[in-house]
Amino acid sequence: MTFWVVQALNGVSFGMLLFLLAAGLSLIFGVMKVLNLAHGSFYLLGAYLGLTVLRLTHSFLLALAAAALGVAALALLLERTVLRRIYGEELRQALLTFGVLFIIADQALWIWGGNPQTLPKPAGFTASVRLGDVIFPSYRLLVIAVGVVMGAALWWLQERTRVGAVIRAGVDDEEMARGIGVNTPLLFTAVFALGAFLAGFGGVMGGALLGVYPGADFEVLLLAFVVIIIGGLGSLKGAFVGGLLVGLIDNFGKAFFPELALFTVFAPMAAILAVRPTGLFGKA
Amino acid sequence: MRPARLVGIFAALFILAAPAFLSTYYLGLLTKMLIFALFAMSLDLLLGYTGLPSLGHVAYFGTGAYTVGLLSLRVVKTFWINALAGLAAPTLVALGFNLLTIRARGSYFLMITLALAQVLWGIAFGWRSFTGGDDGLPGIARPMLGGWSMAGEVPFHYFAVVVFGVCLWLLSVVVRSPLGRALVGIRESETRMRVLGYNVWAYQYVASILAGFFAGVAGVLFVYYNGYVGPAYLSVVVSGQALLMVILGGAGTLVGPALGAAIIVLLENFLSAYTERWLTTLGIIYVVVTLYAPRGVLGILRDRLGGGRRAAT
Amino acid sequence: MIGAGVEVERLVKNFGGLRALDGVTLRVEPGERRAIIGPNGAGKTTLFNIITGLLPPTEGRILLEGRDITGLPPHRRAQLGLGRTFQITNLFPKLSVRDNVLLAVQAADPARFTLHRPVEAYPHLFREAEALMERWGLRDRAAAPVRFLSHGEQRQVELLLALAVRPKALLLDEPAAGLSPAETAALAEIIRGLPRQTTILLIEHDMDVAFALADRVSVLHYGGVVAEGTPDAVRRDPQVGAIYLGTAAPHF
Repeated sequence: MTFWVVQALNGVSFGMLLFLLAAGLSLIFGVMKVLNLAHGSFYLLGAYLGLTVLRLTHSFLLALAAAALGVAALALLLERTVLRRIYGEELRQALLTFGVLFIIADQALWIWGGNPQTLPKPAGFTASVRLGDVIFPSYRLLVIAVGVVMGAALWWLQERTRVGAVIRAGVDDEEMARGIGVNTPLLFTAVFALGAFLAGFGGVMGGALLGVYPGADFEVLLLAFVVIIIGGLGSLKGAFVGGLLVGLIDNFGKAFFPELALFTVFAPMAAILAVRPTGLFGKA
Repeated sequence: MRPARLVGIFAALFILAAPAFLSTYYLGLLTKMLIFALFAMSLDLLLGYTGLPSLGHVAYFGTGAYTVGLLSLRVVKTFWINALAGLAAPTLVALGFNLLTIRARGSYFLMITLALAQVLWGIAFGWRSFTGGDDGLPGIARPMLGGWSMAGEVPFHYFAVVVFGVCLWLLSVVVRSPLGRALVGIRESETRMRVLGYNVWAYQYVASILAGFFAGVAGVLFVYYNGYVGPAYLSVVVSGQALLMVILGGAGTLVGPALGAAIIVLLENFLSAYTERWLTTLGIIYVVVTLYAPRGVLGILRDRLGGGRRAAT
Repeated sequence: MIGAGVEVERLVKNFGGLRALDGVTLRVEPGERRAIIGPNGAGKTTLFNIITGLLPPTEGRILLEGRDITGLPPHRRAQLGLGRTFQITNLFPKLSVRDNVLLAVQAADPARFTLHRPVEAYPHLFREAEALMERWGLRDRAAAPVRFLSHGEQRQVELLLALAVRPKALLLDEPAAGLSPAETAALAEIIRGLPRQTTILLIEHDMDVAFALADRVSVLHYGGVVAEGTPDAVRRDPQVGAIYLGTAAPHF
């Protein structure tokens, strides 16, 4: 019984990380119609930046802020200087982000080295807590809590604010949105930066949970893809539900079939593709 | 296009005569260029002609390589059996994968192809007992063909040249066929094709199977070339490099990607002697090419030389 | 070749909260020329998209030659004889006129799935393409990429593609869109000259063209058919006049 609870909590905490990533990726795709292949790289960079800031300041909060904002700033720069030049050509933009993936991955390898590293957990969350029969790392509970709070904040942003309405309009029909006066270039930059912020934020949280190493960008990008395929592109709800599902499946999969790696998430992904290609909550 | 004909003939002569004046090292490099040219051309069929952007093309390359590696090390050393299996396996994978992926649009297709290829990578990496994991499978011997050993650089070069030549011929037949033209039509306007009565899904599926097959051929060649196969043969870096080769050379031209492959292989070889930052360079080339030269080298040449009568494809 | 009757029965199309088609029923006889008119947003192009299969209906049926094609994909409907032109020119932009026409000619040919022989091995395809271009006076533009053609020439190619597959029923979506009066007159002549057996459904904003070419006219407003009859009858219908002058109440 304890085993199941622990594994489930593990899966949920991992799922929250995936949610943060998938939400950003989905948002960027929903509004800009660009598949940001550098999204995992933002996560990686966030983790490494957080690591450096943590080493210097010993403040997890500062690391979070610095990493998330730093990555967002980089994304902003990227969008304004480079992505913007090829608006409207989604494949080209996706390929460009693919090039960025390589650059960031290689530079990160150069700057931080090839050894796996772990971010130290924030003070107060280094120990485990007891929940009935179960002993569970308090940090993982923090991750779950943060994920839920972020999810709620994003939902509130999307549903209850003018900014959210503008974003939703952009997702539904960009031409129409432009027609009613939405400043599309500004919206795009903001959305790209927000997505990157979420990825960088997730990087720091994930870095303390799972560590950071070359290749993490790719692993995480891929899982975000699976989340989006299952949950549906352009849907916040899809990112949340998909994230939970994939987190749980991946975790239980690793527990029972460690040698089959991604195969355990492959099966539900293939099933969704076969049965409902737009995902559980995707827009057609 | 007369200049192109001349260049082609010159290139063919060079490749055939190369063992006479190239050192073993550079001959091997030329052979490697041919192998990746084939890989890039197979991707061009999918991306350049049909308009399906795949980030997972390496799946077929690696499957072909691993099949040959596993069989020749563990089961039997007979070339024909291993080669046949090495071609059948990626074709089967293509038949299966593409059943799921071909219905997907643009970005979904990018994601799904990437994800599926990574599943294979994960298996190659994780299943140590079967695939050798991260270490891969070394010690794969070059084949014996009719009593002739391909172990030497020169015989293997000619072996690769023959295979490349045959595949190039087959691919050019396909792209000039009615099916090939239909693929171009699909790339230009799927809706138009549907409304004209073409079963777009069927054409895309066939194109993807063919593309997978030829990528598999390249994989089989490469595993014999290196005598080794490892998870790197299934990595996204290789997929990414192939994609760049196609775009750099000129998508939808068949020979453009071959040229792109030659450039990238040469560049990697040359730069790796001076710096470890090959991936950064690759990334930068990606960014520059997609920004400033999306039609690739051949595209630019064609524009400069006024298009020509085959501007359609 | 006999024309095919086109029927839609109680067609409904909802886009989220928007009811684009509200129970449209039409019956076009084989060989009939039917003009579909109505203000912008009335649902005309949506109707065409549903008939050709690019959009699924929320409710209702589509019949071609009495055969239910509601579940069939677009390419199957095309193979059964349904042709279509698009309001916004939908050609193969980077391909030459010749290549555009070749693709259309190839579409109906059994050779279209061959992959082991070059297309030059089927000279009849080329001959037919040349003949078509000749008949339409596009021969001297044959090698030009279609996107470099004038708008009028592009609309011609658009029509040419639809005709190359010898459809039994043809859906023309605003073929005169953006054409000069001279070009429009030429187009009208071409349409009038089409084989009499071909059933034609024509969406057109230019009322003169629509009324001159049509045997019968259907008027669409807010997703429903509000009037139907001969051009004269419809022209004199006060409700139709009111719709176009903006004084009619919406059809809820």
